[in-house]
Amino acid sequence: MKTKSKILKVYLDHNATTPIHPEVKKTLMAAMEVFGNPSSLHSFGRDARKLVEDAREKAAAFINASPEEIIFVGSGSEANNTVINLFSCCGFRSCEVPSVGGQRIEIITTKIEHPCVLESTACLEEKGAKVRYIGVDLYGKVDIGQLKEVLSGSTGLVSVMTANNEIGTIQDIKKIAEIVHQKKGLFHTDAVQAVGKIPVNVKDLGVDYLSFSAHKIYGPKGIGALYVRKGAPFCPFIRGGHQEKGRRAGTENTLGIIGLGKAIELRAKEMDGEFKRLAGLKKRLKDGIQKNIPNISFNGHPTDSLPGTLNVSFDGAEGEAILLYLDMEGIAVSTGSACASGSLDPSHVLMATGIAQEKAHGSIRMSLGRDTTTKDIDYVVEKITKVIKRVREISSVSPGVKHG
Amino acid sequence: MSKKIKQKVMVAMSGGVDSSVAAALLKDQGYEVIGLTMCFNLPDAESGRPSCCGAQSIADAKRVADILGIRHYVLNFGKLLQERVISDFVKQYCRGLTPNPCVRCNELIKFEALLKKTLGLGMDYLATGHYARIVKSGAKFILKKAKDLKKDQSYFLYRLTQKKLTRILFPLGELNKNKVRDLARKFKLPVAEKKDSQEICFITGNYQEFLKNRIQGKFSPGTIVDKTGKVLGMHKGIPFYTIGQRDKLGIACGYPVYVAQIDRRRNIITVGKKEELLQNTFLVNDLIYPGSSLKKKTLLQVRIRHLSPEAAAWVKPVGEKLEVVFKKPCFAITPGQSAVFYKKDAVVGGGIIEEVLA
Repeated sequence: MKTKSKILKVYLDHNATTPIHPEVKKTLMAAMEVFGNPSSLHSFGRDARKLVEDAREKAAAFINASPEEIIFVGSGSEANNTVINLFSCCGFRSCEVPSVGGQRIEIITTKIEHPCVLESTACLEEKGAKVRYIGVDLYGKVDIGQLKEVLSGSTGLVSVMTANNEIGTIQDIKKIAEIVHQKKGLFHTDAVQAVGKIPVNVKDLGVDYLSFSAHKIYGPKGIGALYVRKGAPFCPFIRGGHQEKGRRAGTENTLGIIGLGKAIELRAKEMDGEFKRLAGLKKRLKDGIQKNIPNISFNGHPTDSLPGTLNVSFDGAEGEAILLYLDMEGIAVSTGSACASGSLDPSHVLMATGIAQEKAHGSIRMSLGRDTTTKDIDYVVEKITKVIKRVREISSVSPGVKHG
Repeated sequence: MSKKIKQKVMVAMSGGVDSSVAAALLKDQGYEVIGLTMCFNLPDAESGRPSCCGAQSIADAKRVADILGIRHYVLNFGKLLQERVISDFVKQYCRGLTPNPCVRCNELIKFEALLKKTLGLGMDYLATGHYARIVKSGAKFILKKAKDLKKDQSYFLYRLTQKKLTRILFPLGELNKNKVRDLARKFKLPVAEKKDSQEICFITGNYQEFLKNRIQGKFSPGTIVDKTGKVLGMHKGIPFYTIGQRDKLGIACGYPVYVAQIDRRRNIITVGKKEELLQNTFLVNDLIYPGSSLKKKTLLQVRIRHLSPEAAAWVKPVGEKLEVVFKKPCFAITPGQSAVFYKKDAVVGGGIIEEVLA
């Protein structure tokens, strides 16, 4: 009989979402008492509005913005959609976006953006906009030379993510923003994976728009924020209300906003220490895998990378099978390939880095977080070593094809 | 202190009512059940657009798994299906044969690749919602027809070997379809009223269109003749015809004619009256036996296509092949299809029809 070692539960999928910070939970529980509509003029409304504006100040301060430059939205995806769709606006009423329908109709983005950016640009393309997709090198760094080549006087917007969700590569946003501004284009960055994990300072980076989200940093789901630089053109994506100064209609998600504010307040305290701790744990994980498992390769940039994100390709093993086996051992990871993530093709991010399709299919992402311990990492190294061996054994034997 | 360790079963869940009920029954019987949906990157059944094998099917399977409180995974077998089933399907048609991709998928995908993965995961069994039975008799496992003969799928499963049968469960084998739907309602499964799927899963629309898109330039039009060699018309290319076909021949000769022979080498299709397609002798190759192989001439019941009634035939080993002689002639014996031999309700074996002799 097999001796069963104890199964731990190890969550290594923090780039997908994170558990709510206990302090955020406390704040949310207390905030449930405050039910007023922040737009109401009476005391109930004022109480709610106070909490919403407190949260806005915290969020703004954390990225060195002014509170009026922060718009609360439903998610990181909504923030990204809002910015990309500024350029689908046809100038309805008092639209502030001067470029739309004018000279600057071109959008530039990269091949490794989140689908919420790529599908939005694809949709604009169908409507006649010109979109250029910049490639990346084998580490996932944006090809700045190519960016310079395609930038022109007709470029309206450039959107480049700060840190990649799948491979963790961090872009040189400051440099890219400068280049874009030299051509008088507007610059947006999807910083959903960056804010709260690495320092992000909008003034220093010089971005015009920046998206982020609460649930990636131990806050609640269903709440995101969009930084819009004072003076940058804007047009609401969801219309019809005076909320957020007319920039995003819909009664404020008070609880979400309060949770986001608290999560950010905590990040401000914990981020620096955690950065070092996670980088150490990631090294331990990486070294362990490298030592125990042959025929692997790491994806993403060796140094300019999120501290808790590790993406590995295991030759001769399928990502979805690895995921399944690890789940049986209580370990939660993700794979960019195939159906496990609901998409048809191998990860577009990995393919953009130029790795072979087989390697992309055999990749998994492990993303660490504030609850990850050394013991977890050692357990994962032990289990993944066994799992990869097993998966490789199973996939290497091809069945005898008889007829045909 | 003896604590009984639960046996573990992987259930292949398509999101349909049959496999959902199979999972529910096994859970009820005390197995530790894990659901798995095979994804084949096929076009969506409703929209026809490529999707992840019908995102709706996966969503249905997940929902059923959640209701049953079992784990559920999705694994992609798209490449394997392409390599081992779809490309063979196309190749066989190009040879003028009429393949049966479901037989091949069961043999090489579900009960090979998936079975291997299942056992590799430390599971004891793989279960599906097929209508068939596996009965233990002494030390042997026998594949039998389902209780519900209208739903019986044993014809598609005859290529399962003894070794595989020991690791497979068909929980629906004793049930009829109405009972299965009743159970689905009883278990409160949201797929209880879902339509049955009928067609070949990787084809939306008709198979001629499907083939045409894959074999550009690999076929050419030719003549359609009668048995005397008289030219009656033109055909579009032999991949688009199958033995016994009556429709879409584009010829009028006063009486109904059927495709009787497909001659790939000469690119000629011979048609004939219905009675000209009544034949009784053919060769079967690529044989497989769930139990022991046939050694001598035996009288068995033989089925030459899914759900057609079996007919009595003498089955005689001839080298690596079998010669089958029906007692009464049968209509449209079709090369490429499987011939499955039964003894009462048990599957004795089967193979691929190679050539019609008389």
